[in-house]
Amino acid sequence: MTEIFGVPIQALFGQLMLGLVNGSFYAVLSLGLAVIFGMLNIINFAHGALYMAGAMLAWMGMEYLGIGYWWMLVLAPISVGLIGIAIERLMLQWLYKLDHLYGLLLTFGLALMIEGLFRDLYGVAGQPYSIPEEFSGAFNLGFMFLPKYRAWIVFASLSVCLATWYMVEKTRLGAYLRAATENPQLTQAFGINVPLMVMLTYGFGVGLAGFAGVLAAPASQVGPLMGSNLIIVVFAVVVIGGMGSILGSVVTGLGLGIIEGMTKVFWPEASATVVFMIMAVVLMFRPAGLFGREK
Amino acid sequence: MMKRKLLALALSAMLLPATGSALAQTTGKISGDVVKIAVLTDMSGVYSDLGGKGSVVAAEMAIEDFKAQFKPKFKVELVSADHQNKADVGSNKVREWYDTQGVDMVTDVLNSGVAIAVAKVTTEKNKIMINAGAASTRLTNEDCAPSNVVHYVYDTYALANGPGTAVTKQGKDTWFFLTADYAFGASLEKDTTEAVKAAGGKVLGAVRHPLNASDFSSFLLQAQASKAKVVGLANAGGDTINSIKAANEFGLTKNQTIVGLLTTIIDIHALGLPTTQGMMFTEGFYWDLNKETREFSRRFFDKMKKMPSMLHAGTYSAVTTYLKAVQATGTDDTATVMKKMHETPINDAFAKGGRIREDGRMVHDMYLVEVKKPSESKEPWDYYNIKQVIPAEQAFQPMALSRCPAVAKK
Repeated sequence: MTEIFGVPIQALFGQLMLGLVNGSFYAVLSLGLAVIFGMLNIINFAHGALYMAGAMLAWMGMEYLGIGYWWMLVLAPISVGLIGIAIERLMLQWLYKLDHLYGLLLTFGLALMIEGLFRDLYGVAGQPYSIPEEFSGAFNLGFMFLPKYRAWIVFASLSVCLATWYMVEKTRLGAYLRAATENPQLTQAFGINVPLMVMLTYGFGVGLAGFAGVLAAPASQVGPLMGSNLIIVVFAVVVIGGMGSILGSVVTGLGLGIIEGMTKVFWPEASATVVFMIMAVVLMFRPAGLFGREK
Repeated sequence: MMKRKLLALALSAMLLPATGSALAQTTGKISGDVVKIAVLTDMSGVYSDLGGKGSVVAAEMAIEDFKAQFKPKFKVELVSADHQNKADVGSNKVREWYDTQGVDMVTDVLNSGVAIAVAKVTTEKNKIMINAGAASTRLTNEDCAPSNVVHYVYDTYALANGPGTAVTKQGKDTWFFLTADYAFGASLEKDTTEAVKAAGGKVLGAVRHPLNASDFSSFLLQAQASKAKVVGLANAGGDTINSIKAANEFGLTKNQTIVGLLTTIIDIHALGLPTTQGMMFTEGFYWDLNKETREFSRRFFDKMKKMPSMLHAGTYSAVTTYLKAVQATGTDDTATVMKKMHETPINDAFAKGGRIREDGRMVHDMYLVEVKKPSESKEPWDYYNIKQVIPAEQAFQPMALSRCPAVAKK
């Protein structure tokens, strides 16, 4: 069997595939963060908690109401989005004029409260959520055994990322959004309701987090700590890609997933830190991130 | 001269109340007529389901039962605190308890890092710690303090030994480890490796993963590629849960046996039987062993809405054992109570014929369990087949191997 650095090439393909799966989560989550930062200038620390809330909602729907995975894949992101809109209307909107730090502190506090609430209600060990029947089983790709559900994760995330990119970059609504980001006063002067757009953007951004949460529910344990384990890496992804860059966050998310996957083979102990090493290097040479523009 | 005398007088007058109260503590019956017990645990972090509020409830139950049975003349009080899995927070809290609140005994103390720090404070203040939650064998070896510390429920040796020996002897003799990359994981891997080798097995390799890794599929693929018959999980809590879930998804469970080295009924309940069936591991307690365990566990269930973990049952037993020793000797003096506890066999819902060895290790039977198939489970929480009762003498590290200086001196 052909080997690269002592690792059989087939095993390497397997790890690449897994890196892609993890990268998909990074992509969807960092996309939400990028959209929110681009529009609201808010560093949304509650993103991880809302991702967790999406997964918990999926579980609660199944447990209490008997609503299956497919419905929850639509309903949970909408509910999380509505929670986001409530947060934006009641709290965030008063902070836009202030320093970034205030938004960061507020959302960080919210994250702690949301996590604390679920921890108090359900404990930390988490809840079981099984893979939907359509996706039980696996594809035998020859070089690896790829669970069908993991393949679906990649497909679903990439579709959502692509749709978001298309909407922001190619549609009229997206054009309004970009205009409002660039110059809110002027855009408002053209008769576009900027506060409404800001509100919907935040709802959409956190809705993406909720969507990722539902996607993750069958693949990992559904518990109150699942968001905080992931969110720090996602922030690093956003920083590397460039704050506010949509394409940047998607490409970086996938790329870093793959790099992390490779690290797990060659130097597993470092797999939790490799993303931050890359972040440090990128910041040294391109402070605005790989895809960001200096202001 | 006169001045110096005066100064000495004043100094001794200041010291007098202090020595007076110290005397009262050692010679008197029970200090302040109150026996004060403290539960120190993780109330909000990764181990809070394993110990946490359940440990406080278990301690309350023990006090209730003790009062009902013995009608003691002294009062018993319970306090508790969250150590947040931080050694400094834990040891500061315990110091405060001993110094200002008259706490006599502290229990649960899960998390080995915290437990080792708290054991030091306990020895310094000459109080008692009955550890029901921490796993490290250091507490009865390098860091042993047999005149103040009892290691009650389990340790990494006991956890590793059961499956390491029994599973290997079943012919599943090649192992691969998934190890949490910190002291606890490394020690669990080392202890298991020794047990596997002693039983004639072979270890093919190991992969060290970071603590709280969000995805385990990559590590499991490496375990799969090793072709080992057994994959040992030298990790705990959420890491174990996520490893098992991914193992199932990637089809490892078809050809390889997954052995959790620190798995409890809490993890099985969180994952469900379809995912965990066939897993083997060591437990210190199971609610459905006999009439007594069932009665205790049902009462616990009524309060907590979940069955007790071995930590909960162990905390109940630890508090009971301590209070019985205080009742029998009529004092809360550390040396007297410790002596009594060492002399008295332990028989309650948690342990039968348990005894505290001279190194501070409480030895009792452990259980090698296998998780039932969903079809075999008749009711909620009906999870285990007991494959083997590991007798107390074999379950724990033999005294001959002890690295405890206090024991070696004798």
